Amino acid sequence: MSKHYLTIEKVDKTFSKGGVSSRVLDNINLQVDRGEYISIIGHSGCGKSTVLNIVAGLLDASSGGVILDGKEVTTPGPDRAMVFQNHSLLPWLTVYENVALAVDKTFRGSKTAKERKEWALHNLALVSMSHALDKRPSEISGGMKQRVGIARALAMEPKVLLLDEPFGALDALTRAHLQDEVMRIQAELHNTVMMITHDVDEAVLLSDRIVMMTNGPSATIGEILTIDLPRPRDRIALADDPKYNHYRQEVLRFLYEKQRKVEPIDSRRKSSSKEQEKDAEACAAQA
Amino acid sequence: MSLQSATSGVRYFLARKMDRDAHDRGSRVIQYLVFNVTPPVLVTALLLGLWELLCSGAGAVLPPPSQVVSDTWELITNPFYDHGGNDVGMAWQILASLERVAYGYTLAVIGGVALGVLVGQSTWAMRGLDPLFQVLRTVPPLAWLPISLAGFQDSHPSAIFVIFITAIWPIIINTSVGIRNIPEDYRNVAKVLRLNGFEYFHRIMLPAAAPYIFTGLRIGVGLSWLAIVAAEMLIGGVGIGFFIWDAWNASLISDIILALVYVGIVGFILDRLVAFIGVRVTRGTAEA
Repeated sequence: MSKHYLTIEKVDKTFSKGGVSSRVLDNINLQVDRGEYISIIGHSGCGKSTVLNIVAGLLDASSGGVILDGKEVTTPGPDRAMVFQNHSLLPWLTVYENVALAVDKTFRGSKTAKERKEWALHNLALVSMSHALDKRPSEISGGMKQRVGIARALAMEPKVLLLDEPFGALDALTRAHLQDEVMRIQAELHNTVMMITHDVDEAVLLSDRIVMMTNGPSATIGEILTIDLPRPRDRIALADDPKYNHYRQEVLRFLYEKQRKVEPIDSRRKSSSKEQEKDAEACAAQA
Repeated sequence: MSLQSATSGVRYFLARKMDRDAHDRGSRVIQYLVFNVTPPVLVTALLLGLWELLCSGAGAVLPPPSQVVSDTWELITNPFYDHGGNDVGMAWQILASLERVAYGYTLAVIGGVALGVLVGQSTWAMRGLDPLFQVLRTVPPLAWLPISLAGFQDSHPSAIFVIFITAIWPIIINTSVGIRNIPEDYRNVAKVLRLNGFEYFHRIMLPAAAPYIFTGLRIGVGLSWLAIVAAEMLIGGVGIGFFIWDAWNASLISDIILALVYVGIVGFILDRLVAFIGVRVTRGTAEA
């Protein structure tokens, strides 16, 4: 029995489609402590999202398993709230209703209606979205949608917060702003966070440890880099910090020297459709 | 040079803005009238004129519009008379038809959405039922009438059944497409929140599929109004369909033309009504 808060143990994942099976993940092992901020970084198609989906319970591991707080993960649940890259707010509900749906569902037994309402409002205030409670997702900007997505996830009081490229679809300025917000919130609430990213600066700035994944197929954890920078971290001061730059270089070296991705043209076609969809979305959002 | 053009641009913009503020409301109403009401009115007047011209001659087989109005003036001005039997005003005829459509269509909405959800959710239901639906939906509405008369032994439920069976296919098919197109992300949100079956149905499935469902409902209401007139011609009794058939037997061509105008207007209103409800209900369900 591991004494770590979250343990990913010997996880393999094989997808099979039409008789052809491809091994996506091979022997993933990771221990996460309570309150730790972990980033998973790797080239696209390396199975980062698959790892996160297995922790979320949205996918089953082919072998191995995930243990959170002493219990094995088998189904999705609010203790592993997820912030999706494309926010995934329900467009027919207002900002408040989106968060309230999660709060009502999670705390129906344990909080009164009044407490639930206050809790939803509190979480929206935490991400500075109190001014747009009655707006629908289509009426607010991409950055604001992602704030609401974060508020919805935080409101479930998850044991571990899963962020699937949460800032990937945002412009650079909005992204920096939201990263600061997430750091502030994490400093306040001490959440355990697992974040997928392919932004090196983001990973170094936010994380306690960076998990670097090798290229697929049969991707696994290549190296784990501990980021020993004091918090709170300030992006402007760090930009000139030799230690920070050293960490950046380490990650870049892993991605571009050790795991340099030479992508033949037809591998695009083979990569899973979900990944392509995400890429397309990211492109659309940047355009 | 560039400064000059910039200032003239600003001046132009200011002038435009003042213009806009000045007649904001009034000009918008006038614009709406000019762009949306005038063209159809003009075209209708033109066509009526042409019809009047063509049918005013000595050998004309159809009455010109002026004669239609004078022949049917009694029917137009007095839509609510009731002389017993089939001899009732146009309003009663249309209401009788609308009543049948209301019953049949309501049943089709309930059955169609339910079956559509089933076929959209379950791959096995789709494999089993979809081929059947694809064949049955091509059967013309009136072809169902004899078999339903044989089954129900009564004309009233038969007419309702014909409406039901006509309207249900587009509702089933569109609903199932809508359900199948629910984005994976919404399903994932539902899974993370652990929504139960009923919560998933009314919090995620119905709102997400609503635009598709309403497309089906709108096609369905149009088809049922198309079918009712034909069905009533065969089953008789009070109703706009039989009114037309009766007028034909009595050679009252003007009555037929008046009835056609009413049928068209009512069909248009039904279509717009469902579309309006759809817009209200699906407000905000479009992709954010």
